[in-house]
Amino acid sequence: MRFYMTKLATLLSTVLLVSIMTFLVFQILPGDPAEIVLGVDADPHQLAELRKTMGLDRPPTERYASWIADTVTGDFGTSLRYQRSVADIVEERLPVTLSLSVMSLGLTLIIGLPLGIYIARKDGKFSSTLLSVFTQLGLAVPSFWMAFILILVFSVTFKLFPTYGYVPWNQDPVGAFKSLFLPSLALAIPGIAVIIRYLRNTLLDQLRMDYVRTARSKGLREKSIMYGHILRNSLIPVLTIVGLLIADTLGGSIVVENVFALPGLGNLLITSIGTRDLPLLQTLVLYIAIIVVLINFVVDILYKVIDPRIRLKR
Amino acid sequence: MRWNQLVRNKLFIIGGCLIAVLLGLMVTSLFYTPYGPNDMNTAMRLAPPQASHWFGTDNFGRDIFSRIMEGTQTSFVIGIASVAIGLVIGLLIGAIAGYWGGWLDEILMRVIDAMLAFPGILLAIMLVSVFGPGFGNTIVALGIMSVPAFARIARSGFIQYKEFAFVKAAIARGAGSLRIITHHILPNITSPLIVASTMRFSGSILAEAGLSYLGLGVQPPDPSWGRMLKEAQPFIIAAPWYVFITGALITAMVLGFNLLGDGIRDGYDLKR
Repeated sequence: MRFYMTKLATLLSTVLLVSIMTFLVFQILPGDPAEIVLGVDADPHQLAELRKTMGLDRPPTERYASWIADTVTGDFGTSLRYQRSVADIVEERLPVTLSLSVMSLGLTLIIGLPLGIYIARKDGKFSSTLLSVFTQLGLAVPSFWMAFILILVFSVTFKLFPTYGYVPWNQDPVGAFKSLFLPSLALAIPGIAVIIRYLRNTLLDQLRMDYVRTARSKGLREKSIMYGHILRNSLIPVLTIVGLLIADTLGGSIVVENVFALPGLGNLLITSIGTRDLPLLQTLVLYIAIIVVLINFVVDILYKVIDPRIRLKR
Repeated sequence: MRWNQLVRNKLFIIGGCLIAVLLGLMVTSLFYTPYGPNDMNTAMRLAPPQASHWFGTDNFGRDIFSRIMEGTQTSFVIGIASVAIGLVIGLLIGAIAGYWGGWLDEILMRVIDAMLAFPGILLAIMLVSVFGPGFGNTIVALGIMSVPAFARIARSGFIQYKEFAFVKAAIARGAGSLRIITHHILPNITSPLIVASTMRFSGSILAEAGLSYLGLGVQPPDPSWGRMLKEAQPFIIAAPWYVFITGALITAMVLGFNLLGDGIRDGYDLKR
């Protein structure tokens, strides 16, 4: 029980810090946020008016407190540009980013896990060289450039997928899948490289353990040793990596959504920077950061579920 | 440095060669490029690679090879400067947290964890959206993005080494904390810090490309590979080489530094 309480306390304190940082960056660092919105040489009257609408006439601590109070009660504020509640806008855009992230993570696991296992089992000179070439390239390629190449090959040459745009799932599920496939793949490639490399190293470490020798001398087949024993013991390290990959995927989706003109949160984020829509921007950043914090929390809890031996550090 | 070991490491050699070639391009570009990077030639728009234009020309008829060469300057300067910022701040935070520990450590590490909640280039995007795009702001934003990685490595190094007998002996001799940090512990954790520096260098190059692609990074007239990719995107069908070559150069530089880092890590036999 103490384990879960401590993790919950960490979660809350991190969320608090994340909100303070977001507030500092968008409200305190610029000096005058209204000037960010309207530009340096804006009309003084307009500036004064906007300061009032944004509540900038109040002291920062009071502004922070009311922002948090509003956010907790579900009032995310009003977008300056769209003149609509930020919550509504986010609700519209979230499914796109969510579908993209889930598909991308799915592709990472579907491609990465079997390849990692295969390569660990056939650990030969040729395959490991090929593997290092692939993983090193996968880690070095900018995901948006990968997106260009995929568009060039699969959309332009083979005409299998659309070059850009998004089709909602409820309109045309096949079209939605097609419109998200290339972006997900571009986003998944670094993750695939990470997971193959990591899984192979973990599995090879496990293969040298005593329990594997015991299992072999018992006469168990290699296959059941791999799937029944080794993989189970590799779950924790793999889970750590998957947790990190989810955050990376969310971060990467900002750029990839813009390459494919997908109307998701990342696209909205860049648009809101272009239109200097500070309330929207601030909420979006907080929103994304809190999703990451929550995912890390879930991963921490899952460790304990998978391996009850895990205790708090110190 | 165990130089002999490094020179026998294949990764180190390949990475080193890649970086050496790019460094060579950068140094050359300081006083010579085949064409002026901004010279337009309307008669030669989107020309494919050929003897007079190795990498072809862009939509204004500018020589892509010359622009790539000039772009190496931006990449190296941004990489070095942002790693330096991240290293100095991260090392400071890591040293304080790791050496003194206690509540200070607790608070500093919470802050670092909170920074890591802004995934990928989001932290840099936040800062650039407030301070505005541009060369200097990009460097600062990417530098801050690198702080958590350095802080964590430095912290674990300090925690590990402060328990060692030679450090305890120095304390018993009456050495001050600053002296112990800089003279006794720091020299022992340089290798993980060097490895992290090469990795963060790659991270900065990738992040700069992403930021500039989004229009939030380096602005004209400063050259940038990321912005070249943005400019190349509309001509992806008419001039695929433009997109291909520019991205390949970014990949080569990132790959070079990653391999260099892996090679050094192997050389020191560091476990992550």
